[in-house]
Amino acid sequence: MKISMSVNGKPVSAEVETRTLLVTYIRDNLRLTGTHVGCDTGQCGACTIHMNGQAVKSCNILALQAEGADILTIEGLAKADGTLHPMQEAFREHHGLQCGFCTPGMVMSAVDLVNKHPNPSEETIRAELDGNLCRCTGYHNIVKAVKAASAKM
Amino acid sequence: MHAFNYQHPKSVADAAAALSKGGDAKLLAGGQSLVAAMKLRLAAPTDLIDLSGIKELAGIKVEGAGITIGAMTRHAEVARSEEVRAKIPALAGLAGGIGDRMVRNMGTLGGSLAHNDPVADYPAAVLGLNATVNTNKRKIAADDFFKGMFETALQTGEIIVSVSFPVPKRAAYIKFRNPASRYAIVGVLAAETGSGVRVAVTGAASSVFRVAAMEKALAAKWSPDAVAGISVPSAGLNSDMHASAEYRAHLVTVMARRAVEAAK
Repeated sequence: MKISMSVNGKPVSAEVETRTLLVTYIRDNLRLTGTHVGCDTGQCGACTIHMNGQAVKSCNILALQAEGADILTIEGLAKADGTLHPMQEAFREHHGLQCGFCTPGMVMSAVDLVNKHPNPSEETIRAELDGNLCRCTGYHNIVKAVKAASAKM
Repeated sequence: MHAFNYQHPKSVADAAAALSKGGDAKLLAGGQSLVAAMKLRLAAPTDLIDLSGIKELAGIKVEGAGITIGAMTRHAEVARSEEVRAKIPALAGLAGGIGDRMVRNMGTLGGSLAHNDPVADYPAAVLGLNATVNTNKRKIAADDFFKGMFETALQTGEIIVSVSFPVPKRAAYIKFRNPASRYAIVGVLAAETGSGVRVAVTGAASSVFRVAAMEKALAAKWSPDAVAGISVPSAGLNSDMHASAEYRAHLVTVMARRAVEAAK
C-alpha cells in the first residue's frame, strides 16, 4: 500500500507491505538509522520517535498507522546548522550516555517528557522515563541531563 | 509478522461492515497489544481494520452524573483530562499508570477492554466503577462484559464505541506492578458508587473479578481495617515466575486496604 507522511519536516511517500513496521520504514526505506531497534518487543524505548508531537515506540506501530502524520526522529532534532537541541547538548554536557545505544530513544522521550512536564522534579523524570531502558545503567547522569535541559527548553 | 489486508474506514458502520465480511478480521485500535502479538505470530488476522480514522470514537464528554470516554481515546488523554482528574481522579490515575508514557500515547480504552488481558488495568476501572460499555449494537453492563481470559461479551461484528463511567462518591486504584512490564501483578479498585460499594481485582486471576466479602464489609464501614482481615482463596489464582497464587492472594488484601485508605 502507498503511505505518505512528513518526516523531519520533509514529505515522504512509498509503496510498502501492510505489515511494515514504522521503525522498519524509517530505518530501511528512509535510511534514518538514528532510531534504534533494541528489544523489538515494545519494552526498551530505543525506537522512540515523535508522531504528531507525541513520543511513541516505532517498533510497535505499523507504518500505515502513521499515514499523514508528522514524524520527528532524532535526526530532525538539531537545527539545520548543526546546533544541538538543548536536550542533546545536556546529554553531552552531563555525560548522559555511555555506549549510546539507548540515547536516541532516551532523548526523544525526554523531549516529550519536558514538553508535558515543564521543570520536572527528579522523581517525575525517573517515573516518566521508565519506558526507556539503558543497559549501561547510566540513569543517574541521564536524569541530571534531563533536569538541566528542562531549564533551557 | 504474517501478511494481512489493511482497511481504514471512516465510520463505525463501515468498520462493522468490514468486520462482517468473513475471514479472520481484527480491529486495530492503538495496537500496543495487537501489533506486538502479531510480531510474535501469536495473532495472525487476515484483515486489519484500523479505527484511528473514525472521529466519533475519540474524546471525553461529561454527561449528566458521569463521564463518557470514546473507545479510541488514548490513555495519556484520559490521564491528563481536567474533567476526569476533577470528577474521577482514580480513573485518571489508573490511566496514567498504564505501561509507560509511549504506550500511553498510543494505547486506547476500547482496545484494552476488547483485549481483556488478565493483567490489564482498565478492566478494574470498568468493573469497579460500574461503568457501561456502549457498542454499536447495545449497552453492556460491566458485570456482564468480562467473560474470562481475553474473553468478553462482544459478539462478532460488535465494536466498542465508548464507555460511560458514573462519578463515584470515592474511589482509588492501587496496583502492585510488575517492574518490567508495568502490568498489574495485582491491582485493586475500591469504590463507593451510587449503586453500592465495589471492589474489583485485576492481575490476580484469569479475568477481573469482584470481592463480595470486602464489598459487604466496606458497605458497613468504609475503613482500611474493614478489609484487612478478608482474604480471597488462592486456589485458581494466577501463578508464574513473578508471583505465586498464594502471594497474589495476599496482595489482593494489601492492595484493597491501600485503595480504601487512598479513597478516604
